[in-house]
Amino acid sequence: MSSFSRCAACKYLRRKCPQDCILAPYFPSSNPQRFVCVHKIFGASNVTKMLQQVPGHLRAEAAECISYEAIARVQDPVYGCVGIITQLQQQISQIHSEIMKTKGEMIAHHCAHSQHHPPPQPQGDPSWSISLHQQQQDYSQSDEHLLRKY
Amino acid sequence: MGGHSPCASCKLLRRRCAKDCIFAPYFPSDDPHKFAIVHKVFGASNISKMLQELPVHQRADAVSSLVYEASARVRDPVYGCVGAISFLQNQVSQLQMQLAVAQAEILCIQMQQDSSVMQLPRMMDAPDDDKSSSSSFLLPNNLAHFLSFSPASSGNVTQDHSLRRETILGHDVVS
Repeated sequence: MSSFSRCAACKYLRRKCPQDCILAPYFPSSNPQRFVCVHKIFGASNVTKMLQQVPGHLRAEAAECISYEAIARVQDPVYGCVGIITQLQQQISQIHSEIMKTKGEMIAHHCAHSQHHPPPQPQGDPSWSISLHQQQQDYSQSDEHLLRKY
Repeated sequence: MGGHSPCASCKLLRRRCAKDCIFAPYFPSDDPHKFAIVHKVFGASNISKMLQELPVHQRADAVSSLVYEASARVRDPVYGCVGAISFLQNQVSQLQMQLAVAQAEILCIQMQQDSSVMQLPRMMDAPDDDKSSSSSFLLPNNLAHFLSFSPASSGNVTQDHSLRRETILGHDVVS
C-alpha cells in the first residue's frame, strides 16, 4: 500500500486520491484553502472538466487563473475579477489624464520660454531679418515636435 | 392555470419555475444563452448559493459579473478574464513609465530655465565675492526637491504582477 498524501481536493472531498488525479498537481495538500475557494465557486467537477479540456502543458496556468478568479470572487462576492478590471480601467484613465496634463505643462513651459527669451532684434542689417525668420521657424517646428511626441 | 413562462434556467434545467425562483429575475426566457454559459462554468447550484448569500439589490450586478467571467472563460479556457487583468496591468505599467518620462522632461525644462535665469546676473559684471560664487553655482533650496520625484506619483498604484505561479495570488485582489 503506497503511502502518499492525498491532494487538497481529494482530502476536502473525502475520497481516495488516485495516482492520476487530475487535480493533484495543482491543488497540493499544503494549500487547502485554495481548493476550498475553487470548489465553492466553480465546483470540483466543473474544475475537473475545465482542466481536462485544456492541453496538459497549459493546465498549470489554467489552474492558477481559476484559483485567482475563485479567490477574487470569495473576497468580492458581487463583482469578483470584474471589480479588479474596473479598478484597472479607472487607473488607466487617471494616468492618461495626468499624461495629458503633463504634456500641456510642457508646451506651456516651452511657450513661456520662447516669450521670455525672444530672438535678438535686427539692427538694420538685412542678414539679421533672415536669421530672425529662421529662428521663428525653428521655434514653431520644435512646438510641433512636442505636440507630436506623445 | 396561471402560468408564467419558465425562466431560462428552469427551461434549461427542465424543472418547474416557481414563483419565487431565484434565477427568474436575472435569466429571462428570451436570453437562454446567458444562463447556459454561467451554468457551464459555475453550475446552477453554485450560482444559486452565491445569489442567496447576497442582498437582493446586489444580485443583478453579481449576475452581470458572473456572466462576464463565464463568457471570458469560455472564450479563453486557460486564462479567462485573468488575461484581461494581465493586459490591463501591463498597460498601467507602460503608462506609468510614459508619465514618469514626461515628468522628467518637465523637470529638465524647468531646471534649464531656472539655470538660465540664474546666470543672467553674471552677464552684468556685478562685483561678487570670490569665496561664494567662483565658477560653480549652487541650486537654490526650492529646486532641490525636483531631484527626488517619484514616478508613482498618481496615488493608488496596482503592482504589476505577471502571470507567474508564485506571484499571481500575490496581487492585491479587491479588498
